[in-house]
Amino acid sequence: MIKISTAQLWVHDQDEALAFYTQKLGMQVRSDVTLAEMGNFRWLTVSPADQPDVTIVLMAIPGPPVMDPDTAEQVRALMAKGFAGTVFLTTDDCQGAYEELKGRGLEFNEPPEERPYGIDCGFRDPSGNNLRLTQVREMSAV
Amino acid sequence: MAFVPPARHLLRAKDLADARYFEPLGVEDLARAAKLSRAHFSREFRRAFGEPPHSYLLTRRLERAAALLRTTDRSVADICFSVGLQSVGSFTTSFTRTYGVSPTAYRAKFPPAARYARIPACVLRVYGRPQNSTFREDRAPKPG
Repeated sequence: MIKISTAQLWVHDQDEALAFYTQKLGMQVRSDVTLAEMGNFRWLTVSPADQPDVTIVLMAIPGPPVMDPDTAEQVRALMAKGFAGTVFLTTDDCQGAYEELKGRGLEFNEPPEERPYGIDCGFRDPSGNNLRLTQVREMSAV
Repeated sequence: MAFVPPARHLLRAKDLADARYFEPLGVEDLARAAKLSRAHFSREFRRAFGEPPHSYLLTRRLERAAALLRTTDRSVADICFSVGLQSVGSFTTSFTRTYGVSPTAYRAKFPPAARYARIPACVLRVYGRPQNSTFREDRAPKPG
């Protein structure tokens, strides 16, 4: 059986991303390991409190020899333009979560709205990555 | 804190258009969100996203209008005002130029959205936004 364990997200600053995903979004750090022998590569993962087995790895954009400066610049630009990634989250109370997150200073680009599939809202992390929070409606059998 | 790429500020302006298209929002407001002068903002926005900000805002409004035509039975005038446009005449003109059919004919072409698969609304918004006729016109090959 294959399961999802970790998916990767570029961030332009790991400390800033860590503060956002933990303090603002309420996730927990699952690992934060810096490897001196690998040029201080930092493996930093977070996930929701009740979901320890599925994590997002917040990945700094590397320099050479992993990534040449031009490529790094392209990734940085794509991220800043909002085209580098999206994380889809679910909740059982979209409106409640929206109020709570707004109270913590999150900026939403889409407030909660009714959709055919439920109610959801959208916001961004500091790097420009999209996050979407959906309260999925129970689908009646058609 | 890492250096923030300039495009991140342009993205704030784009997000503002996506979030508050239904208000009487203009390029001035978007430029303010990006903390740039209007002329500089328009140039930089176009460089980053391939079309000028007024065009992005208009096509966002047209995309939202098209969605409302498909999923509601609200009148064309009502839909025009509720996506932040102020003239039904110019709405009908831009809509027809963009979609190739009038708002009323467009509505008649599509079944209710409930029949669609469960695709997240952000995906529908991104892929549903029409292309303005001037998109990347400066890069298009010359005819002939």
